[in-house]
Amino acid sequence: MTLLEVKNLSVGFPTPDGVVHAVNDISFSIDAGETLAIVGESGSGKTVTNLAMMGLLNSNTAQISGTARFQSHTGEIDLLGIDPNELQKYRGQDISMIFQDPMSSLHPYFSIGDQIIEAHQVHNKVDPDVSKERAIELLGLVGIPDPASRITSFPHQFSGGMRQRVMIAMALVNNPSLLIADEPTTALDVTVQAQILSLLKDLQREFKMAVILITHDLGVVAGAADRVNVMYAGRIVESANVFDLYAKPAMPYTQGLLDSVPRLDRPHTNRLSAIPGQPPSMISLPDGCSFAPRCSRISEVAGSKCLMIMPELTLRTDAHSARCFIGERAGA
Amino acid sequence: MLSYISRRLGVTFLILLGVSFTVYVIFAFLPFDPAALTCGKNCNDPGIIEANRRRLGYDLPFLTQYWVFIKGLFIGRTYGEGAALINCPAPSLGYSFQEHSCVTTLISEALPVTLSLAIGALVLWLVVGVGLGVLAARYRGKFVDSASTIFVLIGTSLPTFLTGLMLLVFVVIKWHILPFPAGNYTPFLEDPYEWAQILFLPWITLAFAYAALYTRFVRSAVIETSNEDYIRTARAKGLPESEVVGKHTLRAALAPIVTMAGLDFAGLLGGAILTESVFNLPGLGRLAIGAVVEYDLPIIVATTLLAAAIVVTMNLIVDILYAFIDPRVRIA
Amino acid sequence: MTTPILEVTNLAKFFPIQSQGIFSRVKGDNKAVNGISFTLNAGETLGLVGESGCGKSTAGRTILKLYEPTSGTIKFEGEDITSYSASKMKPLRTKMQMIFQDPYSSLNPRHTIGSIIAASYEIQKITPENGVKRAVQDLMERVGLNPEHYNRYPHEFSGGQRQRIGIARALALKPKFIVCDEPVSALDVSIQAQVINLLDDLRDDFGLSYLFIAHDLSVVQHISQRVAVMYLGKIMELAPTEELYKNPHHPYTKALLSAIPIPDPILERKREQIILSGDIPNPVNPPTGCVFNTRCWKAQDKCRTTEPVIMQIGASQVACHFPD
Repeated sequence: MTLLEVKNLSVGFPTPDGVVHAVNDISFSIDAGETLAIVGESGSGKTVTNLAMMGLLNSNTAQISGTARFQSHTGEIDLLGIDPNELQKYRGQDISMIFQDPMSSLHPYFSIGDQIIEAHQVHNKVDPDVSKERAIELLGLVGIPDPASRITSFPHQFSGGMRQRVMIAMALVNNPSLLIADEPTTALDVTVQAQILSLLKDLQREFKMAVILITHDLGVVAGAADRVNVMYAGRIVESANVFDLYAKPAMPYTQGLLDSVPRLDRPHTNRLSAIPGQPPSMISLPDGCSFAPRCSRISEVAGSKCLMIMPELTLRTDAHSARCFIGERAGA
Repeated sequence: MLSYISRRLGVTFLILLGVSFTVYVIFAFLPFDPAALTCGKNCNDPGIIEANRRRLGYDLPFLTQYWVFIKGLFIGRTYGEGAALINCPAPSLGYSFQEHSCVTTLISEALPVTLSLAIGALVLWLVVGVGLGVLAARYRGKFVDSASTIFVLIGTSLPTFLTGLMLLVFVVIKWHILPFPAGNYTPFLEDPYEWAQILFLPWITLAFAYAALYTRFVRSAVIETSNEDYIRTARAKGLPESEVVGKHTLRAALAPIVTMAGLDFAGLLGGAILTESVFNLPGLGRLAIGAVVEYDLPIIVATTLLAAAIVVTMNLIVDILYAFIDPRVRIA
Repeated sequence: MTTPILEVTNLAKFFPIQSQGIFSRVKGDNKAVNGISFTLNAGETLGLVGESGCGKSTAGRTILKLYEPTSGTIKFEGEDITSYSASKMKPLRTKMQMIFQDPYSSLNPRHTIGSIIAASYEIQKITPENGVKRAVQDLMERVGLNPEHYNRYPHEFSGGQRQRIGIARALALKPKFIVCDEPVSALDVSIQAQVINLLDDLRDDFGLSYLFIAHDLSVVQHISQRVAVMYLGKIMELAPTEELYKNPHHPYTKALLSAIPIPDPILERKREQIILSGDIPNPVNPPTGCVFNTRCWKAQDKCRTTEPVIMQIGASQVACHFPD
């Protein structure tokens, strides 16, 4: 069952220097219970995409267009078309989010219990004691030792990893069908990252929820995702099943990313292969392929087509599409 | 927490002792003779001066004088003997020969006036400053925001005495909205209506400048806080906007206001000299100014000491309050 | 054998924790670095790896005498600089430099990058041949920046370019030794590789020695000849790079290696992963015995009571009672 279907989503931020085209006409979908990874480097638009769907971008400063059809507990809704006051009823109930920095994502002045109870109360007309029981249950579930007494603690009394567990407990308190995890382990140490990732995996199975995992880390994606969208300069440049993507990356950018990750599982070479140059300015995107100025395979395409025409996201093999003139199927 | 408070109390006591000594030193070595001043400006009779000197204890060595002064604070103090005996009970701050009264009595008469003035103004400026500041931040760039900017500009640039005089001229003299506050201060317990009527204009005068400052401060604090990650978390939970702003944002944005308000309030208790003068209110500020003009040393020493005591005590109160507001400070 | 460029023996740096108020009392010590020893040879890169709070950055700064060491000795080119004063350090500063993690906050936004790089010359009152501007532009070119951007401000550059500016600044005085404090942690993967390769080239060209601090074992592998793994202010294992990654002896090294995900879905899902439980203890009250015992799956009574001495296993130095 398709849980969420995003069509033609664009987000622009007008600035004195021009409009920053953070997200450009992207479409994707996610099935119930599935894990979709959105991979990209900083500024690729992966976070903005999700903030836009959640209605968390300031409507005064962001121009948003497109549709996002979501199967909520009340039936199908369009996350991008719905009234903001209406959307609020689905946030935290059908769709929850966890963020990159657990140190700053919890309110420093309220106890963690109060913050979780509040998240439960706002969507459930139940006695606060019921919400408290639920909060304790979830804190236990995410691995906070002695949750019944820790519930009165404040965020600053927890380590970064523990705070991210609290954030996860808070996100799951209403049994969401979709969890958006925005760089959930980037701010954490590697050994703690391993804990959180394995916790998320277990909870996803237990709660039968779909997860959109936003990350820049291809290692994290390899272990966690079912499908992957690679984003570059506000566009999806490749979309595939995780095994296909790593085995046969179709877009030179994906290939470049995979090559530039330092790897421990391969015999160590002294030089890393880097992608030359910088990502383009999001105010004046190039006419052609956004990656063309950095692309090592640009000479494989005749003329300077790559610099003039933006390739479409086309299907390569079953459910594997890429935005590149190289390897396009004839007639596609 | 208790040990923290008791430690702070000890420090506060030491600071006050230091301040009192410094004040005493400054006034003891001023180039005029306090005894000579006691018998009027044109008194030349050395006999009377010497008698007064003995009566007031100015003949004692400096340190003994200080000791007697401090002792007086705790056990009271007598001047002269026999029929001319004057008794200033504890806490005695000395005796004013010009006013023919114990300084403590003078202060206890003036303090309620200043207290009434300061409390009323504090309430007024907090309500206006916080209210307007929040509105301006919430509707940034809209009409309320521009209006508040003008208010801030006028409030911060108009000197208090000018505001006071203008209010007097227009509200009282030209438009006859309020009767002339002719220096006949009425205590609250005697006639609350009369009390409020007399203090109304002084409150506005005093609150005006502070309200402007607080509006500016609250506006930027609210804007800054709304960009915090934990405010995004609050929205992502699905809280209604009213709670996101009213609970989560304000709680964090207003914490520093407590410190600011406490210290500003303490400053006012030392005497709102200009406002009291313009409206002819018999408060501490006027008592102090009168004493300075008349070289009435005991009053000067006492009011200075009182102002210092208020500031130091208020600092302590603010710090303790802050620990209750911000859990991160609590464990220290 | 030649003298090593850097010789650190039992170095410790404690930060006193004070209670607030006028009568502040020292409540304890944050034992950020708690007795580490290593040497660094000329032209060599030593990777210093560990998680947040393990003391790796403090170690780097203490070695440069940006912090006053609590105990131990630091020898730079055979010269004991442990107790050198700031003025005595100044001439040595030309030889030892630092590159910082955050390319955004380590450059003054109000100065042009030309003047930021040239500041090193001014402070040391050195005039390079051909003039300052020429020297700065040569450096810019060498680190891959356009020399014509001499008069631009830091905000006009991307993160990777700013890190290049930081590198140019560190190179200006032709140092022999550079502490690289997480130089690529704030950068995107594709840019990270550029900067690592640049640092690698510069070491060979200028004959530099690096102390390369990182939290990520995978980054360090590419640039270091030897790697030291730190935990709670102590070195757990120090070994030649090849050896450390192939035959880790310390359980913590194993756990760290195992925690790094492999960017290959087939391998990543097949492999056995060691997931450490719990958090890093507070360095104010480190565990007794072996500092890692609270999270170690091999810990026994001995580990909780006796601190392991460093033992030599092949080419590796390991601080563990039960090494593999």
